[in-house]
Amino acid sequence: MFQAAKSLDDALSAIADGCMLVVPREVAGVPMHATRALIRRGVKRLHLVALPTSSLQADMLIGAGCVETLETSAVSLGEFGPAPRFTAALTVGTIKMKDATCPALHTALQAAEKGVPFMPLRGLIGSDVLKYRNDWKVIDNPFGNDDPIVLLPAIKPDVALIHAAMADRFGNVWIGRQRELATMAHASAKTVATVEKIHDGNLLDDPVLAAGTLPGFYVDSVAVCERGAWPLGLPDAYGADAGHLAEYARMAATVEGFAEYLDKYVYDKCAA
Amino acid sequence: MCMTSAPLSFRPEELLADVIARLIGDVRHVAVGNASPIPATAALLARERGNGRPYVSLLGSPQHTFWTDGGRELFDCAGQGRIDVFFLSGGQIDGHGNINLVSIGDYAHPKVRFPGSYGSAHLYYVVPKVILFRTEHSRRTLVPDVDFISAPGANAPNVYRPGGPIALVTNRCLFSFANGRFTLDSVHPGHSVADVVENTGFDFDRPAHVPDTEPPSPTTLKLLRETVAPQLAEVYPQFALQVFGVGQSALTG
Repeated sequence: MFQAAKSLDDALSAIADGCMLVVPREVAGVPMHATRALIRRGVKRLHLVALPTSSLQADMLIGAGCVETLETSAVSLGEFGPAPRFTAALTVGTIKMKDATCPALHTALQAAEKGVPFMPLRGLIGSDVLKYRNDWKVIDNPFGNDDPIVLLPAIKPDVALIHAAMADRFGNVWIGRQRELATMAHASAKTVATVEKIHDGNLLDDPVLAAGTLPGFYVDSVAVCERGAWPLGLPDAYGADAGHLAEYARMAATVEGFAEYLDKYVYDKCAA
Repeated sequence: MCMTSAPLSFRPEELLADVIARLIGDVRHVAVGNASPIPATAALLARERGNGRPYVSLLGSPQHTFWTDGGRELFDCAGQGRIDVFFLSGGQIDGHGNINLVSIGDYAHPKVRFPGSYGSAHLYYVVPKVILFRTEHSRRTLVPDVDFISAPGANAPNVYRPGGPIALVTNRCLFSFANGRFTLDSVHPGHSVADVVENTGFDFDRPAHVPDTEPPSPTTLKLLRETVAPQLAEVYPQFALQVFGVGQSALTG
């Protein structure tokens, strides 16, 4: 249940070494400020689930040595090119990769939010995505006739880490139409949110705002981080910092350049 | 593109958009993935020709998608058959219609790693018309067998599969896909059948006479430049400027 965090680091204390952490795709609002704080703290051995894809966030966590296992459908910097630390880690083999496909991750988290052990999904049969996933099974549809279908076990993360436009003092977080943030929170044992600002009053009192609100019932801690998605954008609030992302792509192309990037933008708190 | 004869009155992107718009045909809903300006141009062209039909969703653009239930809604729509046309590509595409968005070489120790399969391992099965689009037509990209099957071109008959590939559009030609094989349907102006054979790593069927791809008509070009381009600029400003503005062709492959 919700408790006001004393600081960002306090809010992030739920994210322990070795935990399963679920994070959202770029267009849903990515908690980059919190990600830099986790790297500064030196979090280790994360099982990172990116729903269903990631960009800068996964790349930085991988490059900084925070990730043991990555479960996602794609990691890329989009128009800024391949994700360099992700690509390097996979070619060298320094992290365990669980390749998925986008709807499989959505579906497996939906299983967790319903409290059921698995959900079926169409597709996948005959793909190497399925071939390399020993944790997924094919059964014959018990309601059909010779109809093979894939079952996906529920993904039950320890923590969901999200960023959103605002929260109130009761831990209610306004997520707007980014409904997968609610799925992530419902599926996870704990949820940590960073927000742009605090809303005076109770978000659930206004039916228009309430429809886009993740209730504080699911939220464990909230920290205010203005421009907390920077250098990525936050939908309906601000865009991505293209110049910075191009700089990241350039610097993170080498191990040394990535280390310089961390020194400049992560360990130096003034710049973060 | 290598244009050896007289300058053409249209850009390669306009030809490709016209080809794809014809493949889209008369359907209810076309969805276009991120970073796909030519398929997006084609979908908007199809919508103009159809007086508002099909409905066009451009992923990654809140102004051009209706989804309010999170990332899963796209896939739920597709799973139900509410998306008629989608576009996929691949670091490798093979002659069986298999696509590879994952890696080159051994999966555990890849020589090259791509971003990942995205939604392909679901959408390829459930969207009735999947159009494969890859502007780089070479033996590097069009291979006999992919190194990793992100999604297969076909399945055993008992596998639920209302969808799959219908065509592959490249910078050189148009292939159709049926019964697990590609057939060369037409070769774009400025290219030859020999060119296509030389640069394709997989085996394909072709008729005795392969026609040239029909160039976009003056009516189509006018529609593209005057009506589609301004809409496209909302989502792909750089592309719209390069192709329909004053800049150079964005397609050099």
